[in-house]
Amino acid sequence: MNAILSLIAVIALILIALLGVKTANLHSLFGIAVPYAAMAIFLIGVISRVLKWGRSPVPFCIPTTCGQQKSLPWIKQSKLDNPSTTSGVIGRMLLEVLLFRSLFSNTAFELRNGPKVAYGSTRWLWLGGLAFHWSFLVVLIRHLRLFTEPVPACLSSLEVLDGFLQIGAPGLLLSGVVLLLAVTYLFLRRVLIPEVRYISLAADYFPLFLILSIALSGIIMRYFTKVDIVGVKALTLGLVSFNAVIPEGISVVFYIHLFLVSALLAYIPFSKIMHLGGVLLSPTRNMPNNSRMERHINPWNYPVHVHTYEEYENDFREKMKSAGIPVEKE
Amino acid sequence: MSKTPKPDELSKVDYTPPKTGWMDTPAEFKQGMWCYGSKPKNLETLEFPNPRQWSPADEDWKLPENWQEILLNGLKERLDKYRSFKVFMDICVRCGACADKCHFFIGSGDPKNMPVLRAELLRSVYRGNFTTAGKILGKLAGARKLTYSVLKEWWYYFFQCTECRRCSVFCPYGIDTAEITMMARELLNLLGLNTDWISGPAANCYMKGNHLGLEPHTIVGNLEYMLDDIETITGIKIKPSFNRKGAEILFVTPSGDLFADPGTYTAMGYLMLFHELGLDYTWSTYASEGGNFGFFTSNELAKRLNSKIYAEAKRLGVKWILGGECGHMWRVLNQYMDMWNGPADFLLVPKSPVTGTVFENAKSTKMVHIAEFTADLIKHGKLKLDPKRNDHLKVTFHDSCNTARGMGIFEEPRYIIKNVCNHFYEMDEHTIREKTFCCGSGSGLNAGENMELRMRGGLPRANAVKDVVEKYGVNMLANICAIDRAALPAILDYWVPGTGCTGVHELVANALVMKGEKERTTNLRGEPLNGMEGQE
Repeated sequence: MNAILSLIAVIALILIALLGVKTANLHSLFGIAVPYAAMAIFLIGVISRVLKWGRSPVPFCIPTTCGQQKSLPWIKQSKLDNPSTTSGVIGRMLLEVLLFRSLFSNTAFELRNGPKVAYGSTRWLWLGGLAFHWSFLVVLIRHLRLFTEPVPACLSSLEVLDGFLQIGAPGLLLSGVVLLLAVTYLFLRRVLIPEVRYISLAADYFPLFLILSIALSGIIMRYFTKVDIVGVKALTLGLVSFNAVIPEGISVVFYIHLFLVSALLAYIPFSKIMHLGGVLLSPTRNMPNNSRMERHINPWNYPVHVHTYEEYENDFREKMKSAGIPVEKE
Repeated sequence: MSKTPKPDELSKVDYTPPKTGWMDTPAEFKQGMWCYGSKPKNLETLEFPNPRQWSPADEDWKLPENWQEILLNGLKERLDKYRSFKVFMDICVRCGACADKCHFFIGSGDPKNMPVLRAELLRSVYRGNFTTAGKILGKLAGARKLTYSVLKEWWYYFFQCTECRRCSVFCPYGIDTAEITMMARELLNLLGLNTDWISGPAANCYMKGNHLGLEPHTIVGNLEYMLDDIETITGIKIKPSFNRKGAEILFVTPSGDLFADPGTYTAMGYLMLFHELGLDYTWSTYASEGGNFGFFTSNELAKRLNSKIYAEAKRLGVKWILGGECGHMWRVLNQYMDMWNGPADFLLVPKSPVTGTVFENAKSTKMVHIAEFTADLIKHGKLKLDPKRNDHLKVTFHDSCNTARGMGIFEEPRYIIKNVCNHFYEMDEHTIREKTFCCGSGSGLNAGENMELRMRGGLPRANAVKDVVEKYGVNMLANICAIDRAALPAILDYWVPGTGCTGVHELVANALVMKGEKERTTNLRGEPLNGMEGQE
């Protein structure tokens, strides 16, 4: 149900763009105004969300320690999984953000008769997630060539690398294919694994369908309808130089693509996609385990009502004395 | 309370989620899965709101009129105080990596025991009240209203989490369900909705210094029983001191070890070790609890209970503090104590009087873990050990959740065990160290009335033990946690009968060759040593 509703929402977005451009001729709206608005929402939204998180303090030093602590000099510390220094934390975060290290350690269990609980490593989610994020990043970077003139050499070489298979013309780019496969995998596991289906919200399917449609519309433009790339680049260059005009003859598929991208941008600050910023602020990962070595400060630490030793001794003085325990007041 | 089903019945777990969505499936309070509600006298002692006689099974929980307002204000306050809570409310992508990592899910199959869904119980209310999307789109955005039924669901499931943090190891963003459970329990406590197994010990600890409510003379008396036993076994008379000013070291350990076996054997181990070293140390009857049931209640109560340790160290004028074997005690000491009740600037950086080792890793809190202390002694050859005395034991080691994932003390206890025992075997790599499984009774869930829950939660741990029992003939599970020592015997009896449970320092004391001791014929449990049968 959640999946169907999300699919309907994405189809509605496509129809809005299709009708808006094809029927209502609102090229400027969909080609200029909407992208600007979306970008503004994205930037303001992301920044304010991160600031909002940042405004809440981190009162305690609560890293999840996943390896040997630093203790006696002859015991080997696990510096990445249980870092006690800033450089260790940076290492841990880099591995987490770039290589999804925690997900790499994922396991699956099986309860057999006996009973016997058996565990094994499972890396499909790690692989699918990594393929998805990295291919998405490559696709994103490749798109920078639409916003730069002349195109920097590194972008051109990235594209050469991405198309190393040299299949067809225009050459097949691997990143797009991987992205499509990875999104499909992420969707399929969500509907096929009963536990994951049970926890999935509409907000989990919607971005998948959205990204799938963005990838598909891009692929259609590149390989099938062969969009007027000169026109597209004139528009995109105009957008970044704040001097946009709508060139003639760009196909409606492009406007759909652009509208879906705009929708994604505007959606990000309000969605789980904010995990890209949130992981950097996650106290269980970005803190060193050094709280016995160095004092951390809780900014809102306040005095509390305690039961003092004096009160305790008043309660038990006679019993203490008869048990031979020294007391403050005889 | 209902009788706990037999193991073969309990181990038939159905993992198929219900037909109805989780928001449309209210919590069903199953007998044996929950603890009794807090008694009014304990809440009064702790100065907590809404003390009254109530039962979780009642329709009416006798809440104040404006309970929703209290909870939502409390939620808002905590979002502003804890970045962890705020970020964890926002960034979960529901990838499901955590889903099968929880011992309660593995043992019960209840989808609301998947960490992700446990968190969603609270997240849904957060979205419904504090996010734009949730307010507008409602259920579609995973949002819902805070109803009486939701409140009961919170109570049921946030007291089915042991705050063990295993899920947070696997989460790609480090989302820690323990943080969320802690917040949820704080909120529930705003309405007087604790369990009595938590508020009772917490009230005891507040007034009498320890969870068991042992009064000062009882502590001395209990230790005297142990000293008599030690004298019978070793011929050595030990005289420890209590509340002694001017001692070099204050020793703090969980009170459970002063009360019931097998914990008492661990306490005997401490007494023997310290005597052998001639350590200048003292016990305290005021700070007679290392553990902290306040930690399972609210941040403020945890701080109130914890304050006694530094206060007592200051009053007695000791130089540093040594802490015994306990799980959540060490999470608190490592990750909270300094921020609550520090700075401990009246203490000195801990230095072992025996080896001269300076414990740099504790230079701010001035509190050393006994496993660090003893491992250092052994490394420097300061103990005369005869591991053969433990030859009847085939030992495996259970990493306690809190010392594993809230500290990372893995090698120290293993080093000690390997030096005092000749037969040591590790369990399945997926069930030890940072991936260790909780005993299923942590965070104040080790009551009697929720035995089915405890046996279900204990299944993964016990099952990994069973594996090494079958493979290597393991017959003893060592650990460094008082709750383990209190909870695991029942769990092992149920799932792996015949397997014992011991603290590491019981093993140390059995192997420890003391100056002037008579030939030992039994171990601390009074069981004949190998080759000594019939010589008692």
